[in-house]
Amino acid sequence: MKSSRRKFIKAAGTAAGALVLSSAVRPFNVLLMAADPPPDEGPWWGIGIDIHKCIGCGLCARGCKVENKVPDEPFYFRTWVEQYAILNNGEIKIESPNGGIDGFKQSIPEEDIFKTFFVPKMCNHCSKSPCTQVCPVGATYESPDGVNLVDETYCIGCGYCVQACPYGCRYIHPVKKVVDKCTLCYHRLKKGLAPACMEVCPTRARIFGDLRDPESEIVQFLRENDYNVLKPHLNTGSKLFYNGLTTEIS
Amino acid sequence: MPAQLNRILLLFIAFIGLFLLVRHFLIPETFGQYGHYRGNSLIENESRELAFADKEDCYACHPDILETLESEMHAGLSCLICHGPGGAHVEDPMIGNIKKESGREFCGRCHDINPARPGDVVFQIDIQNHHTEKSDCIECHNPHALWEVPE
Repeated sequence: MKSSRRKFIKAAGTAAGALVLSSAVRPFNVLLMAADPPPDEGPWWGIGIDIHKCIGCGLCARGCKVENKVPDEPFYFRTWVEQYAILNNGEIKIESPNGGIDGFKQSIPEEDIFKTFFVPKMCNHCSKSPCTQVCPVGATYESPDGVNLVDETYCIGCGYCVQACPYGCRYIHPVKKVVDKCTLCYHRLKKGLAPACMEVCPTRARIFGDLRDPESEIVQFLRENDYNVLKPHLNTGSKLFYNGLTTEIS
Repeated sequence: MPAQLNRILLLFIAFIGLFLLVRHFLIPETFGQYGHYRGNSLIENESRELAFADKEDCYACHPDILETLESEMHAGLSCLICHGPGGAHVEDPMIGNIKKESGREFCGRCHDINPARPGDVVFQIDIQNHHTEKSDCIECHNPHALWEVPE
């Protein structure tokens, strides 16, 4: 009995030590909220969204549907805008009529509102992404430049990744029957163009840039703003940084 | 070793060999090139068609309009916001898929009063009750030169 307890303590100590050591091998990147750049060369894309600048015009969501031929039905989105309203009684109301594509009409009387703002949502392009980890066939992956992409010819449409994404950024394409998601307009990115949602954003509330380049727009954004990521406790290594993200937003 | 064990062992080896052979032919060539995925998928994602053009493309043929625009409140806005994706028009200027979006509905997307809209970012007006005798905003307001409002 005594020796087995000793064994147990020894084993537990070893395990704890190994955990501490392994965390030193890949430390938590405080600067980027757990997003760790792999030791490659070239750009590593990150996104910045300024909630204070979003006017809720919904042009990003509309532009994205056109650029990427996303089905018209109001439940297929690669990007969408939510309106948060914190009422005087403490209730939080979140609205996103048709993803914000047709703009927003105020539905709650103004005198009941304590505070209200728009939050654009899109794929976080996580560097430790749950969706990639659950794919059973290697059809979804993180590209060397930090964009989470889908191999449409390889996807079997099982929907594990749709469930795994904590941000709800994936859907099964009703015609192709495979998963579809934001590619950060990879086809534009590679030609040196901005993603469609950022091209049409009238207030430059959305920006993107190379996280490895200290002069890039996104690094500038991180320097100047009080940024945070959605659901940081999940340690997804999200590369979508928000300015003005408050605790009500999930 | 008994003969039946030898046979089972042989069967195992044959089975594993067959598996490796089939696997070799089933796995695409570029799988594992960068990671646990098909490397060519990157190229496929990259080669999709563009719908939206680039503002620089508009400059090439319409520098006069852009010069007016750049000196105005709407400077920095992409042409594609009001004029549609326009990718096909850039490829072939004879394709007139250029829209002219205007009106209370469209202008109101940005300019209608909404408490969630930050006031210092965009000019807001009660768009449904503003000059109701006019049908379209562009009757008075030129989106390229905003402050030239006729009497």
